[in-house]
Amino acid sequence: MCRIGAIKSRNYVHPSQALLLMQSQQKGHDNSGFAMVMHDLGGIFEPYKHLPTLSLACTNEGVRIAEDMLHAAGFQRVMQWMPETDPRPGLDINAMPNYIFQTYDYPKFYKKEDRQTKEDLLLDMRLKLRRALEQDDQGYVYSFWPDVVTLKEIGDPKDIGTYFKLWEPNDRFTARVITAQCRQNTNYDIVRYAAHPFFLQGYTALANGENTFYLKNVELQRKLHRGYIGFESDSQCFLYSLHYVHRHLGWPLSYYKHVITPLPFEEIDGREDRDSLLAIRQSLAHLEINGPNTIIGVLPDNTLFTCCDTKKLRPVVVGRDADTVVISSEVCGINEILPERNWEKDIYPHERETVVIDNQLEVHRWRQ
Amino acid sequence: METVKVQDITANDLPWVIRYDASRCTLCGSCVAACSFRAIEPKVERRRMVFSEGDLPEPKQRFSAVPVIRQVRNLTQYCRGCGICTKVCPNDAIAPARNPDTRHPIVTRCVAGDSIKRGGRKNLEAGTRTLDKLRIGRISQMTDPSLDAQRHTFDLLAPFGRIMPPGKLPFKIGTDGKLEPDGQAPPVRWIYPVVIGDMSIGALSWRMWEAVAMAVAYLNEECGLPVRMCSGEGGVPVRLLKSKYLKYMILQIASGHFGWNRIVKAMPDMVEDPAGVLIKIGQGAKPGDGGLLMAQKVAEHIQAIRGVPKADLLSPPNHQGLYSIEESVQKMFLSFNAAFKFRVPVAIKVAASATSVSVFNNLVRDPYNIVGGFFLDGIDGGTGAAHEVSLDHTGHPIVSKLRDCYLAAVSQGRQGQIPLWAAGGLGRAGDLAADAFKMIALGANGVFTGKLILQMAGCIGNEMGRCNACNTGLCPVGITTQEPRLVHRLDPEKAAQNIVNYFLAMDQELRKLMAPIGNSSLPVGRADALVATDRGVAERLQIQYVC
Ligand code: SF4
Ligand code: SF4
Repeated sequence: MCRIGAIKSRNYVHPSQALLLMQSQQKGHDNSGFAMVMHDLGGIFEPYKHLPTLSLACTNEGVRIAEDMLHAAGFQRVMQWMPETDPRPGLDINAMPNYIFQTYDYPKFYKKEDRQTKEDLLLDMRLKLRRALEQDDQGYVYSFWPDVVTLKEIGDPKDIGTYFKLWEPNDRFTARVITAQCRQNTNYDIVRYAAHPFFLQGYTALANGENTFYLKNVELQRKLHRGYIGFESDSQCFLYSLHYVHRHLGWPLSYYKHVITPLPFEEIDGREDRDSLLAIRQSLAHLEINGPNTIIGVLPDNTLFTCCDTKKLRPVVVGRDADTVVISSEVCGINEILPERNWEKDIYPHERETVVIDNQLEVHRWRQ
Repeated sequence: METVKVQDITANDLPWVIRYDASRCTLCGSCVAACSFRAIEPKVERRRMVFSEGDLPEPKQRFSAVPVIRQVRNLTQYCRGCGICTKVCPNDAIAPARNPDTRHPIVTRCVAGDSIKRGGRKNLEAGTRTLDKLRIGRISQMTDPSLDAQRHTFDLLAPFGRIMPPGKLPFKIGTDGKLEPDGQAPPVRWIYPVVIGDMSIGALSWRMWEAVAMAVAYLNEECGLPVRMCSGEGGVPVRLLKSKYLKYMILQIASGHFGWNRIVKAMPDMVEDPAGVLIKIGQGAKPGDGGLLMAQKVAEHIQAIRGVPKADLLSPPNHQGLYSIEESVQKMFLSFNAAFKFRVPVAIKVAASATSVSVFNNLVRDPYNIVGGFFLDGIDGGTGAAHEVSLDHTGHPIVSKLRDCYLAAVSQGRQGQIPLWAAGGLGRAGDLAADAFKMIALGANGVFTGKLILQMAGCIGNEMGRCNACNTGLCPVGITTQEPRLVHRLDPEKAAQNIVNYFLAMDQELRKLMAPIGNSSLPVGRADALVATDRGVAERLQIQYVC
């Protein structure tokens, strides 16, 4: 089973905190991998917040292919960071030869384009790279987006941390929002892409659960947007629905919950906004999820939120101190990194609730 | 002794042979009185008896005239195997037996020079059904727990009405950050996923029709199940049109347009909108054929409701004047939508056919978003009257066709926009919940059923040629007849009660099927929940093969 966690802070946080958060919950997951997405970057990436950063794990040939393609498309590299690794023997990690984080400037002829066009360009570029590197397993393109980096690897999270020297805090590689998860999707094949958090155009989602409406979701999502691909895990559907509802349809975040876990008809009937709720439920019936789930999501503006299935079949807890909010499957994770907090203020969200943490670090509880 | 010619019809030429045991018969006459087909009659036989009276055997013989029951041997009054005689016989002295050597299909045509007509269902038993090769094989356990059919809540509702693609919903974001309706969307009703199929008030006896209407009202008002009933072609009693119960009725219009002038006239007095309108283009049991109501069933009240004289009532095979799908969409749908001021969903019913997917594609792509449901009727459905050749040999099975239509919608990302409703032999094994559930997992939003409703009320017909005489107006159990003597055999309250109880049982069973796959709303299109024990079926329906 998965355990998921997220940290959002006023200050830049090093990924060692995410490792700590997940480490204490290791009895609940199977230690088969580590994946994290960092939003709102600090350290060496801080000066480049407006420029897209490519997160890539690949072979030498993969680096060449990717760089050639980006170059041909007119992107100009402005920064590159390759984490120093510690390949000591005995580590349980299935590492790729290269891990590369490269920040690019937009092609010249795109500089004057609006945001939407640039964002579409970034998506298309990532999809192109992904397709090209898929051949002969040359590499994995996790994200290509401003102010976001992604790292995913197969192996024991502790060893992955050691390999990337993530256990040693520093102020070079930090972010204000980090989401993390410690398990490969062992329900299906072991594929790097199958590990959540999943990322698309500024949106991140990770989940602890089992989406029994996976097939329904997939069959519709495949046709909704060119970016909805892969489906290596049944949890990817949560990301795509989030992206679709919030970005594509432009609906407020509060409607995400109405789409994935609609109210029973009886309850809708008793509400003032029944017409919209019914319209949503019927038009998006194929994005409904079923089965046990807890979801954590990040929006492009770095808002963090969590919600769960209609029967609350998976745990989640939100804890905070003055500067940091932590969401975790199990409270022991929060105890690890916020030991001094007032635990009486911890929130255990219920099945009809979305808990939202805004950029002022205020915690909102929205009733569906 | 009469001369017998070899061409004469004898009991052995008929589909059923009466087995009669004179030694048990008390000559009460009940069977003869009860047989609505007059297929048995009293007769006197000459019998020889050998006896001996003295101390030593001294055989003598005596002849006597004995009254007995005998099967009628002709092609109009022949035994249908209905078993009513057996039911009423106090001594188990009489019973019909299926005759495997029947020459009925040949001799009837030879004698009458006309096609054979009958009602009921297909009479060619086609072995195991496709649905019986499917199992609900994806059971939730461990990480995604099963639900509890008793304790958890389940949303067992299906849409009837055109559903807009999400991007086209008429929404604006209000000042409080909430979505607000901004414009009109087509009407959609959420109803029970099993609709009582279209059986007209002419095909059914008034008691039967009333029983169904009564059951529907009870299910809605007392049991909280929003079950809808489709009127069938031929109109609705004016009293019902003007009552609040109209909201449970889906009004049907078929190619004969029977009854519609009365419906139109009643509109100003309607206190409720009907549940919907169903435009019938075709019927699964006799695709390509219009409705047929034989003159013997056109009783006075039928003449009044339909506004017709006593004659064979034939609906043409086509809606006259509809030459294209575009036209049917624009003309018929718009006019019926407009008739109820766009408040009532309008759906279409067609016979399953090799071409269903193209028809469906055309409707799903129509830019007006007005077709509110695709009712697809397969070959195993029933009918009040049809030509036997159509009934037995034309049509298309429902299961793969429904799946094809669903997958056609999926390939365009339009699943759910026109709700799919399937019928045609569902519940034939008595177990509608299982059949409905499997169809839903294959992509149906719901199912509709007619024949099974009649069976709940007491119809004894089956797919093995039993009875199926609905066209004759002589239904032995008072269901498809207008003959007062026969109609009175049906207790409408008992029939209604049976229907209500069946629905309650089915409702429980549907939950029992949703719980183990861990779903609280209907798993429409969740084909991953199904497995097939037959490789061909698995491949055709794109589900997992298991053995
Ligand atoms: S089985 Fe039915 S049709 Fe045949 S003789 Fe008996 S009552 Fe008449
Ligand atoms: S019992 Fe009545 S309804 Fe049933 S098959 Fe016979 S005639 Fe038709």
